Amino acid sequence: MFELLGIPPQALFGQLLIGLINGSFYALLSLGLAVIFGMLNIINFSHGAQYMMGAFVAFLLLQHLDIGYWGALIVAPIVVGFTGVLIERLFLQRLYKLDHLYGLLLTFGLALIIEGIARKYYGSAGLPYRVPDSLQGGQNLGFMFLPNYRAWVIVFSLFVCLGTWFVIERTRLGAYLRAATENPTLVRAFGINVPRLITLTYGFGVGLAALAGVMAAPIYNVSPQMGSELIIVVFAVVVIGGMGSIMGAVVTGFGLGVIEGLTKVFFPEASNTVIFVIMAIVLLVRPAGLFGRSA
Amino acid sequence: MAVGENRGADRRRYFSMKLSLLWGSKGNDGSKKPSDQPKVSIEDETSGATVTKDMFGIAFIAMTVLLAIAPFFVYPLFLMQALCFALFACAFNLLIGYVGLLSFGHALYFGWASYLSAHAAKVWGLTPELAILTGTLTGCVLGLIAGSLAIRRLGIYFAMITLSLAQMMYFFALQAKFTGGEDGIQAVPRGKLFGVVDLSNQMTMYVVVAVIFLAGFLFIHRIINSPFGEVLKAIRENEQRAISLGYKTERYKLVAFVLSATLAGLAGSTKAIVLQLASLTDVNWPMSGEVVLMTLVGGLGTIFGPVIGAFVILVMQYKLAPVGEWVVVIQGAIFVLCVLLFRRGIIGEIARLLRIRL
Repeated sequence: MFELLGIPPQALFGQLLIGLINGSFYALLSLGLAVIFGMLNIINFSHGAQYMMGAFVAFLLLQHLDIGYWGALIVAPIVVGFTGVLIERLFLQRLYKLDHLYGLLLTFGLALIIEGIARKYYGSAGLPYRVPDSLQGGQNLGFMFLPNYRAWVIVFSLFVCLGTWFVIERTRLGAYLRAATENPTLVRAFGINVPRLITLTYGFGVGLAALAGVMAAPIYNVSPQMGSELIIVVFAVVVIGGMGSIMGAVVTGFGLGVIEGLTKVFFPEASNTVIFVIMAIVLLVRPAGLFGRSA
Repeated sequence: MAVGENRGADRRRYFSMKLSLLWGSKGNDGSKKPSDQPKVSIEDETSGATVTKDMFGIAFIAMTVLLAIAPFFVYPLFLMQALCFALFACAFNLLIGYVGLLSFGHALYFGWASYLSAHAAKVWGLTPELAILTGTLTGCVLGLIAGSLAIRRLGIYFAMITLSLAQMMYFFALQAKFTGGEDGIQAVPRGKLFGVVDLSNQMTMYVVVAVIFLAGFLFIHRIINSPFGEVLKAIRENEQRAISLGYKTERYKLVAFVLSATLAGLAGSTKAIVLQLASLTDVNWPMSGEVVLMTLVGGLGTIFGPVIGAFVILVMQYKLAPVGEWVVVIQGAIFVLCVLLFRRGIIGEIARLLRIRL
């Protein structure tokens, strides 16, 4: 067996795979953040909590209604997205005329509430969620073993990211969205219900987070703090990529996941911090972010 | 006749509409800059235009008297802890209340200062004043590094960058040997102030903490009311205009950031000596959120607000300790309520009702 820089290829490709998996979640979450920020001008601090909610809804569906993974993949984003619609209608709508900071503070408070309730009823320990039967097992690729479920996560999240890109950049609905981001008053004058568009955008972004949560459940277990750990890294990803472009968010998400995975192989002590270090370097070299328009 | 008039009015309306469209599109070009967007700034929310009297002197004396008699009625250790958090919140408020910068990573300066202060007192055997000085300098240096990175981006990015940098340093604290990882640094000796005054006496320690708090508080008041502070407020109100007036706003923001981090460091290192403990709790992100909550409850951009907020939140945490996990939920609910209904905070509301500046 050949070795790369003294690292056995199993370890290298294994970490690369984990990096791609993490990267798919970074991409899905930063995509949702970017979509929400584009329309609402709010950084959705509860994004991590809503990702966790997705995983919990999947868990509860299996426990109480005997609805498995595939059902949860559809039901959970809709349920959580609907709570997002309620949050936008009840709370966020009142904040658009205020400083952006208040949106961040409000969603931070919501994140504390959601996470606190989950912890109260389910404790801090992770709850296991089984990989669906149809994705059990894996492929031996010769140089590594590829579990089917992980391959599915990477492919499906890529598909969702590209789908979102297509909807926003290539369809009429997306054109309305982009126009409403640029000039809401004018778009309203053309008879388009912009407030409803904003509400649905928030619901969609939150639904994306929940979808990521369902996909993460079989890999990381379901636990109340799974979101808060992730969301801060995703913030760094968003700072690196800039929120101006959708493709930017996707590419940065996957790229940083891979870099993080490689760091685990070559310099494990730094694997927790490498993304933050990259953020610091990017801020020094390109303050606007890799894909960002100038701040 | 009437028809003609109507037609004229129509034409005028048409032109004014065209004009407003022009203006609209012009305004929109600039809307990428956060300062150009119509928004309610923190100042409008907090003090308003009805301010008539500055009651700082009277309120400050009242606070000092309260602090002098409080230890005879309240457990001194609680008071000392609350004062450390009050100073921490005041330091944080210097940034959000007077420059309009939301730092979501102030636990970084608080926590790391408390580590260094604890380490200096325990391992290097420094006297408490030197240990606190070590911690404060730590806050200063970290503030300089983090601040010079964070001020490169505006608004919402600023909050995310400060949070990310704080999280990075949290992982360092988790992995570094001297911090003791999950255990933290325990049994930090309080030692003798200047090698003479024994601080193991609770009352002596209280006096020292109260003096540090009042000095820090007065220093912040001085900053806010200096010409430098006026420039900071100008930046908060309209950074573009401050730039066009010739101020190097980046430099002002950086100095304000470093001052805030240094004072947060002072609070953190004093806390390490008082509680004889430095732990991961002080450097983790919920601590950053807590200081935001204290300031928000007390009143953003009011000088006494963070002090009241810190006491309110700490009392709440003690009272609610029996219900355990619900504390976080209640804190989250307070966040939501404050943002939706109570943006001026306690002191901000009182100041508005009495038409004074506090």
